[in-house]
Amino acid sequence: MAASASPAVDLSAALVLTPPPLGDWLVVLPVVLMIGTGALLMMVRKSVRLHGAIAIAALVMLVVLDAALLWRVSLHGPVTMVMGRWLPPYGIAFTADLFGAAMALAAAIAALAAGLFSLADIDAAGRRYGFYPFLMLLMAGVSGAFLTGDIFNLYVWFEVLLISSFGLLILGSEPRQIEGALKYALLNLIATTLFLIAVGILYAIFGTLNMADIATKARLAPPDAPLTTLTALFVLAFAMKAAAFPVNFWLPASYHTPRIVVSALFGGLLTKVGIYALIRVTIMLLPVEREALSFVIAVSAALTMLLGALGALAQMDTRRLIGYVVIAGIGNMMAGVAVGTPAAVGGAVLYALHSVITMTALYLMAGEAARIGGSWSLASLGGLYRRSPGFAAISFLLMLAAAGLPPLSGLWPKVALLKAALDIGAWWLAAAILVSAFLLTLALARVFLLAYWRPQPTPAVEQPCPTDWRITLPLAGLAVVTLVFGVFPEPVLRLSQAAADSLADPQAYINSVFPGGRVP
Amino acid sequence: MEALFAVLVGFFFAAAIYLMLSRHTVRILLGVALLGNGVNLLLFTTGRLVREVPPIIVAGQETLGTGAANPLPQALILTAIVISFSFFAFLLVLTYRAYQELGTDNSDRMRLSEPSDEPLPPMGY
Amino acid sequence: MNTLILRTVAPALTALMLLFSVFVLLRGHNEPGGGFIGGLIAASALAIYGIAFGVGAVRRALRFHPMAIAGAGLFLATLSGLLSILFGVPFMTGLWVYPRILGLEVPLATVISFDLGVYLVVLGSIVSIALALEQDSETEIPDAEVAQAPPLEQVPLRGKRRRRDRQPRETR
Repeated sequence: MAASASPAVDLSAALVLTPPPLGDWLVVLPVVLMIGTGALLMMVRKSVRLHGAIAIAALVMLVVLDAALLWRVSLHGPVTMVMGRWLPPYGIAFTADLFGAAMALAAAIAALAAGLFSLADIDAAGRRYGFYPFLMLLMAGVSGAFLTGDIFNLYVWFEVLLISSFGLLILGSEPRQIEGALKYALLNLIATTLFLIAVGILYAIFGTLNMADIATKARLAPPDAPLTTLTALFVLAFAMKAAAFPVNFWLPASYHTPRIVVSALFGGLLTKVGIYALIRVTIMLLPVEREALSFVIAVSAALTMLLGALGALAQMDTRRLIGYVVIAGIGNMMAGVAVGTPAAVGGAVLYALHSVITMTALYLMAGEAARIGGSWSLASLGGLYRRSPGFAAISFLLMLAAAGLPPLSGLWPKVALLKAALDIGAWWLAAAILVSAFLLTLALARVFLLAYWRPQPTPAVEQPCPTDWRITLPLAGLAVVTLVFGVFPEPVLRLSQAAADSLADPQAYINSVFPGGRVP
Repeated sequence: MEALFAVLVGFFFAAAIYLMLSRHTVRILLGVALLGNGVNLLLFTTGRLVREVPPIIVAGQETLGTGAANPLPQALILTAIVISFSFFAFLLVLTYRAYQELGTDNSDRMRLSEPSDEPLPPMGY
Repeated sequence: MNTLILRTVAPALTALMLLFSVFVLLRGHNEPGGGFIGGLIAASALAIYGIAFGVGAVRRALRFHPMAIAGAGLFLATLSGLLSILFGVPFMTGLWVYPRILGLEVPLATVISFDLGVYLVVLGSIVSIALALEQDSETEIPDAEVAQAPPLEQVPLRGKRRRRDRQPRETR
């Protein structure tokens, strides 16, 4: 079937006919790199010694690619590439705006830190089982979710990251891991199915799946379209993925069971993908309907952060405690969505970026504390400050960051959210943010007091625990990132505010997907 | 026709939710599988139901004829079937392993990772 | 299940199904068929072989580990999409060549290599799941032990967990 045989059709209405600039490839390359590396690692599954080196090299490249993408987006606005030359809304589009690119970069940094830590933490059996291929596919799913511009494609990336997270969760196949994985798997599967239901209804209403197209049409939708129901379904599905109250109970049931590196990746990345999708859909696609639901979201947010902080106070196991700290953070981001003004969304975006870095670091810190102190339990940990003052200093910084105290990065998003909540008169939401931060400070200060400050309860033989650069480097690196953003917040503040503004007014996003205007 | 399908989808969802409310993991799993099929039917219904005209462009034509089925939901369903099939296979193995390792399929008794008698952390030292 | 009839028929059946799976794969370009369904057919062929001759025989016949096959397929599919970076067209655009082989014009495209990748991914992952399940049923505990096992509800919650001695498995 040579090309000459086909009838003369004007293809310019259906296909991209000009070669895309090389910079546009940055939108798809992060995903392609991760899938390709994952496939390569699956092929060389016998030589586990190579796995670590290949994976770290790929993660470094991922950070470089995402940084270049963010730089390009901040200079030229959103970047779009369509699959297979088909023009949107028919072709699947990958579109990166400031929000997506910044989240992708933060996720890549967190994954690189976890990858370095895993060199020391994952033994040969775990590598043979396939830790690194699963890590690569997880990052492919996460990057794809942040960079795609098509809502069904977002569902597919959710599933990609979900199936690789299952694989990571049962690494080791201990009974408690299988138990945690079962709860995690069933509830997350139900959440993604809810998401798919919402996508089906959305297609029935708008007849399109492209996000830019939806954003255009939703603002012109007839008033009798069941958009509030649709938004409620989306909010429920994403709140379940993000572990917001009252659908959060799968997180403390499962996040403490896998290897600590896996917990770190999940705590840092997966819940934030849910928040990302929530912000993307409620703020950019369906802003009018979000207003109708804002009170429900606000109540859920307040309860999430209070229950998260109270849960953290009641935990003995450091990993479960950090799981509740993650939930409290989710409440803060939900508060930004509930308030919904550009300033509040900016605060939520900033909180999400901060949370990706800090939560990963907190889990890694718990892992290192357990390596030195020999336990996960606050009852038997102790004397960590005496044994390793440097690690104790890093931990102190990270706890300050997680509690939202100056001069670390946790302060600024909380200030932004507080101000935004007070601006619209939601004083009770602001009070919830403050009380939750206070309770979190108590919980984390107690961890420091018990595990680091007090002498070891059972005076064990003081065997020296050698420091390992593969553990110290990622922890110190993440601590430096959060410290720098805490002391010099201006660039990140401006970035997140610009991201929030472009979410509230997505004209640049729409122009990037439909350069010649939307052809009906 | 669409209304009839909507009722059918409702039946699927009701049965799935009933099964998922059980505390036995196998029933929950069957509920999830049923829910997946209900969603596929929902996707199918959302893309307009027509009879007997497949979405294939006839030779010599450039566009689909009138009354042809909408091909996009079919593509979505195909993707969703593939995904739910692989998830079902994984969950089946996982449930079986959980029954082997934990000796129960009752989700109320799966408290190995969340012991109900865990003490509170020390109040001071 | 490994009766004489099955063991006699299985090799021929497997060969036929594998051949058919390739036919379905290639047919998929313009007609119903394709990599996914072809991979499923091939995986069922190997599953039948496994039922007849055991998991070890399938692993020996495959030569490579199923997950390695899936990885190769994923890599091939990724490469076929990425090739378009060299030709100035967006990701995943189909690229065609029309070589003349034995006087026949044979259209070849990255679409076909992508589909071949899908075929290998499906084949590898489904076979690895099927083999894991078949292996489980092969090392099943004897019937006497099943009779003694307590019914589901009466297993103590956190006392001794019942753990069957299974052979070390080489899944994944």
